[in-house]
Amino acid sequence: MTQAIIVVIYLILLLGLGYLSSRLFRGNSNDFFVASRSIGPLVLFMSIFGTTMTAFAMVGSTGESYRVGIATYGKIASSSALIHSACFFLVGLPLWSLGKRNGFHTQIEFFRSRFESSKLGYLLFPILVGLIIPYLLVGLLGAGTVMQGVTRGAFPSVFENTGGAVPPWLTMAVISGVVLYYIFAGGVRSAAWANTFQTLVFIVMGFIAFVTISSKLGGMQAASAMGDPAKAVRAGNLTELQFLSYCFIPLSVGMFPHLFQNCLTAKTAKSFRLTLVAHPIAIMLTWIPCILIGFWATGAVMPDGVTPVIPEGTSPNAVLGMMVGKLATPVIGGLVTAGIMAAIMSSLDSQFVAVGTMFTKDIVVHTFGADRFNEKQKVLLARGFICTIVLVTYLFTLAEPRQVFSLGVWCFSGFAGLFPLVFAAIYWKRATKAGAYAGVIGAAISWLLLFAASGYGANGGYMFMGVMPVAVIFSTCALSLVVVSLLTQAPSQATLDKFFVKKS
Amino acid sequence: MSRGAVIAFMLVLFVLHQDFWLKDNGSLVFGILPVGLAYHMAFTVLAASGWFVVVKYAWPNFREEEGEEEAGQ
Repeated sequence: MTQAIIVVIYLILLLGLGYLSSRLFRGNSNDFFVASRSIGPLVLFMSIFGTTMTAFAMVGSTGESYRVGIATYGKIASSSALIHSACFFLVGLPLWSLGKRNGFHTQIEFFRSRFESSKLGYLLFPILVGLIIPYLLVGLLGAGTVMQGVTRGAFPSVFENTGGAVPPWLTMAVISGVVLYYIFAGGVRSAAWANTFQTLVFIVMGFIAFVTISSKLGGMQAASAMGDPAKAVRAGNLTELQFLSYCFIPLSVGMFPHLFQNCLTAKTAKSFRLTLVAHPIAIMLTWIPCILIGFWATGAVMPDGVTPVIPEGTSPNAVLGMMVGKLATPVIGGLVTAGIMAAIMSSLDSQFVAVGTMFTKDIVVHTFGADRFNEKQKVLLARGFICTIVLVTYLFTLAEPRQVFSLGVWCFSGFAGLFPLVFAAIYWKRATKAGAYAGVIGAAISWLLLFAASGYGANGGYMFMGVMPVAVIFSTCALSLVVVSLLTQAPSQATLDKFFVKKS
Repeated sequence: MSRGAVIAFMLVLFVLHQDFWLKDNGSLVFGILPVGLAYHMAFTVLAASGWFVVVKYAWPNFREEEGEEEAGQ
């Protein structure tokens, strides 16, 4: 009961923040979509970091650490510390510059212009939105599972079917509603403000969870001594090829539509400096407590010294919720749950705004012309499409039993597989329209074939010839793009002049 | 600092990330952190320090904010 009350208070605070940022909303689409390109270094960093950390980072990482051990940090988090910042430097900065110079609001506007093809946008739109849906699913599923875990037994007469716990469908509906309210109130500016607040909340609450749980287990040394020694090493849990090919996954940040949009909100290029340096440290502060909690969960016992905290056969998604629910006081449990919800909602908001922006700018306005709709109608169209996508995702959650980590990896694999497209668009003058089509189609087909071969994500450990599917998708995209580009006519000089400015 | 130095720095870090020399080592640092985890924490701090150097000494100029032709394209 206490946990649920604390989470509700937190959600009310967020609604208040949404109301405040709505007072600053200028009512035009430029403000709704890119906050009039006015975001400074601190909010940009918090916003980008909050967006990249979702249920995958907290619920997923704890569950994966419980399942395959501490190598989870190396395979995703420390590689992200290097590669995310590299993507911001090598991709984010040039995109910000090109976006500001040419007035781009979305990735698709950029690709259409760079590859001189309107139809490329119609091909990319369903692929990008289709890949965002599993990302949204990761967030909603994580929120539902955690809330169910920490409120078990709290409402026995209200929720009989879930053992008195708040059912996932209710949690998912409520947090979707809260996020929709505050982004409708102020668009990407609201999302940036909310992310700043929520990033602080989830880092602090993660630390509180870590300290509380370790204390309950007899201190950090005692807790680590309880962990399964087989999960303290990489050998036996992850092969060399698997570990190496996991490095492709963080490249996904170079192709996330919501991060592209976040980059465009920056006031100046210098706003990115803090993000480059602080992002790796923030990753460590968020992931290490979760990885250790997952490791401790492999052998932790209750204070009676006998009963395992995590019973055998527990879903990895439920590990964090159960560790918090069983080892923390209700107040701490509530605060930590609010922190987890913060991590999840700080990603959902940017993703919601991004899909709305893409639909309005890349499909409706592009098809019917910029003058066909006034500013208010454009914002309304974005909101309508966002509601549709949220509803579709919500319906998926009711039938989707996949592991958060596995689902996240498939989503990131799709975006990372398309990374050669954005890299070539920025750095390779010889990349052509036909090459771009070949790259996108190659990535889409290989993703679909591999996803089907994995039982649509049911086989969480699926690999192709010993490597992660992302390596195959990335290679297919890169190879198709390069070969077809070399065989087809180079872009026009006008396009090259627009995108490749000579050094002064 | 040139762009080549930045790329070299990233490649060195990429090689350091492949921690095969520790994959069987399950000892605990300070009795708390499995050594493989402690190594990657140190790696993360090194990556952040490296990016600090890049920001300080290899930051590109953008004409959008300085009114001149953009460097680094």
